[in-house]
Amino acid sequence: MSSEIEALVGREYQYGFVTDIDADTIPPGLSEDVVRLISSKKAEPTWLLDWRLKAYRRWLTMTEPTWPNVHYPAIDYQAVRYYSAPKTAKPLGSLDDVDPTLLETYKKLGIPLNEQKMLAGVAVDAVFDSVSVGTTYKAELAKHGIIFCSFSEAVHEHPELIRKYLGSVVPYSDNFFAALNSAVFSDGSFCYIPKGVKCPMELSTYFRINAADTGQFERTLIVAEEGASVSYLEGCTAPKRSTNQLHAAVVELIALDDATIKYSTVQNWYAGDENGVGGIFNFVTKRGKAMRNAKISWTQVETGSAITWKYPSVILQGDNSVGEFYSVAVVNNMQQADTGTKMIHIGRNTKSNIVSKGISAGRGQNSYRGQVKVMPKADGARNYTQCDSMLIGNACGAHTFPYIEINNNTATLEHEASTTKIGEDQIFYLKQRGMSAENAVSMIVAGFCKEVFKELPMEFALEAQQLLGITLEGSVG
Amino acid sequence: MLEITNLTASAGEKDILKGINLSVNAGEVHAIMGPNGSGKSTLAQVLAGHPSYEVTGGTVRFEGEDLLELAPEERAHRGVFLAFQYPIEIPGVSNAYFLRSAYNAMRVARGGDEVDPMEFLDVMEEKLKIVEMDDAMLSRSVNMGFSGGEKKRNEILQMAVLEPKLAILDETDSGLDIDALRVVAEGVNKLRRPDNAAIVVTHYQRLLNYIVPDYVHVLAGGRIIRSGTRELALELEEKGYDWLLQEALA
Ligand SMILES: Nc1ncnc2c1ncn2[C@@H]1O[C@H](COP(=O)(O)OP(=O)(O)OP(=O)(O)O)[C@@H](O)[C@H]1O
Ligand SMILES: [Mg+2]
Repeated sequence: MSSEIEALVGREYQYGFVTDIDADTIPPGLSEDVVRLISSKKAEPTWLLDWRLKAYRRWLTMTEPTWPNVHYPAIDYQAVRYYSAPKTAKPLGSLDDVDPTLLETYKKLGIPLNEQKMLAGVAVDAVFDSVSVGTTYKAELAKHGIIFCSFSEAVHEHPELIRKYLGSVVPYSDNFFAALNSAVFSDGSFCYIPKGVKCPMELSTYFRINAADTGQFERTLIVAEEGASVSYLEGCTAPKRSTNQLHAAVVELIALDDATIKYSTVQNWYAGDENGVGGIFNFVTKRGKAMRNAKISWTQVETGSAITWKYPSVILQGDNSVGEFYSVAVVNNMQQADTGTKMIHIGRNTKSNIVSKGISAGRGQNSYRGQVKVMPKADGARNYTQCDSMLIGNACGAHTFPYIEINNNTATLEHEASTTKIGEDQIFYLKQRGMSAENAVSMIVAGFCKEVFKELPMEFALEAQQLLGITLEGSVG
Repeated sequence: MLEITNLTASAGEKDILKGINLSVNAGEVHAIMGPNGSGKSTLAQVLAGHPSYEVTGGTVRFEGEDLLELAPEERAHRGVFLAFQYPIEIPGVSNAYFLRSAYNAMRVARGGDEVDPMEFLDVMEEKLKIVEMDDAMLSRSVNMGFSGGEKKRNEILQMAVLEPKLAILDETDSGLDIDALRVVAEGVNKLRRPDNAAIVVTHYQRLLNYIVPDYVHVLAGGRIIRSGTRELALELEEKGYDWLLQEALA
């Protein structure tokens, strides 16, 4: 049985190609000079360089966390290249000028950037190694007062907003990887939705690592003003390589009063081969702050990376604010994931909802780590946590680490957890009804993940199902 | 249609079937009775190809083909259907989607085209009537939280949708109230045709009042120790199995 299942979950990685393009790549190593160099390449204002330097100095005093339930060889931070950008004849940022090689790359990834073939209803910012190569539908969005551009561009065009919000949810001192990112981040996306505006299309960023031995350190900042709403998607892939590559990102979300931010991720970084050679080390800090009546919803489908360390969180600052976390994390072969969320209840009547589905196959190890914290003034806070694990085969593992801290006795918390082994009996039942082993497994897995998949926007649900090789109920075909 | 010769099978270290001989022709209904643990479900599962059981000897031919050579889904495609004694739950998968996937898998395997959800609704409407089932059951996850009787009814619904050549019903009557028993039995009868056959495993002769068998077999200790007609079932109800077991030992 398990060989059939593993054949299914162990599908060939389709995005492992390398784009052959001339790049401006700096030598490996990290120092104040490197931080200054990155900042100068981006012609940044002094305040930002100062912020980077503070982060760098802070990082030097910090140590890599050892509490995650993942094991990997020590990372040599001096062996990593911290900047690599494709050399193009024309300046980056305008779609009309994007290098055809890059257009071709994104086309191969299923992300057409040229105007005629753009994904209908989805605006895309395409980040290639350390830089954004283009953002679609910018003008259309500008009509609504929405800003959607690369982070670098935002630093120049909207410095007041960046200065106000950068580091306001994830300070540079937050943790080892956030400090590293703050020192060397090279690009990312910036979204700003003005007061009362409902963003008329999905916004998305597609991250691609291409250059060898290079880390990707991007920052995403999304600000939804009072009453605004936006749905944002993030996708990521990288070439197949036998060495590990570092990815340390920071995402900050700010939802002001009555605003809604829905953030969805399909993470498909290269995971390494079946013996655990190569793959991305993915250390990500994602956090949102929800003000009064605001809602922040994280949905993630994590299928890639050799190591995943990621806890999209919500600070429920304002009264009646809502935080949600829906996650499917799949590990196969030698992959290890330690992922979950933090819900910090500060305001009154704040609500959080956590649904985590972990699937472990091969020799993969999957840990759910979640914290629910209720502060003294959070009267009437509520949390519901559901945490399910599915094991495929005998060599994998599932672990859960829930942390609960309650400082207010009016809080209501509910926690449900289950671990199931994908049953021979279930597969046999479906085969007896005429289905192939593959279809049987995909049906069982799709059923297991259903509550999370239904949170994904349509385009992403299709991508996620393709990734997992499963067919979602109700989808045509 | 089905020819079982000297079939032996084991699970782990345990020999369960110890030489089964049984021949079923098109149009016939065979009842299999016998004490708990005698191997009835094992026989049913072996015929369907459950991987927990190892066939250690003997042959099974189904419409001229070596059934034991076929994968479970291929047996299903040939028209072998097993109504499980303990139907399996599949969380998050709606009964409607499950039924349509099964229906389409069979169609494709037999060289046909898949039907779309709308066409399938028409198919379902008619089948639901056969088992007198409410269509609310279709939107629930497969067998999740179904009562014992609902699970059994759901098995017959699947049978009605898939229209097998050989239906093996493993204690489909257990746990049914009188009305459900009638509905299930009538469902089976409605699906009876001269070109299909059924093997009905049961502990109760009551079911056989509704589904009238052509033959009744008693399975004990992994062997068929007695075969007869419907009268045998009545006799068993009256006298139990002991006398037969004694005779078999003698
Ligand atoms: N997978 C298995 N592994 C080990 N032993 C098994 C397995 N399946 C069945 N058995 C054993 O084989 C014997 C026959 O079981 P089986 O389920 O076929 O009986 P049955 O005639 O259907 O009984 P009942 O009337 O109670 O349903 C029992 O002793 C049972 O414990
Ligand atoms: Mg049985």
